[in-house]
Amino acid sequence: MTAINEFIDNEVKNADVVLFMKGTPAFPQCGFSGQVVQILDYLGVEYKGINVLADDDLRHGIKEYSNWPTIPQLYVKGEFVGGCDIIREMFQAEELQGHLADKGIAFKGAA
Amino acid sequence: MTGQNGAIELRMTKKLRDAFEPQRLEVINESHLHAGHQESFDGTGETHFRIRIVSSRFAGMPRIARHRAINELLGEELREGVHALAIEPAAPDEKVRW
Repeated sequence: MTAINEFIDNEVKNADVVLFMKGTPAFPQCGFSGQVVQILDYLGVEYKGINVLADDDLRHGIKEYSNWPTIPQLYVKGEFVGGCDIIREMFQAEELQGHLADKGIAFKGAA
Repeated sequence: MTGQNGAIELRMTKKLRDAFEPQRLEVINESHLHAGHQESFDGTGETHFRIRIVSSRFAGMPRIARHRAINELLGEELREGVHALAIEPAAPDEKVRW
């Protein structure tokens, strides 16, 4: 495993919800990343945002780690859930909420 | 939204038609919406696309698998300069917003 792979693996396993994004949760630098931030904030989910623009190795490494060519990427309990389109669709269908509940992640409005 | 269809747009459209035999397909160049968000994007290029596709191939396929199938098909374009691909895949019996 390369160093960057190890770094990513460590990050997704050490926090319940991790968002690899462009920019930071407080200041997203891409509309797609911003949409996922809005959804997570709306749900009141605690998550760790990791700015891929801060490191070129990370920006490329994350695409290989998940075999997913675009950013943002959301991980829950170490598992890749989706990019912007998938997260938005899941949220609108309330599947994201179900997925978080299944994984034992606290969010607003959880039963 | 461009007056002329770009080369990458046409290539992606053909690949998607051949691979998925879609009932409906829209390949939309949204690059103009992202002008200036990075210095190299002036909005006139082929950097940002939205793909809307209805195909029976997606029936019973989970969301991630649908996106992966499209991303893999268009891997060359993604490596060669398509920076963002918004994807809205659906099976024929699913509701779409377009």
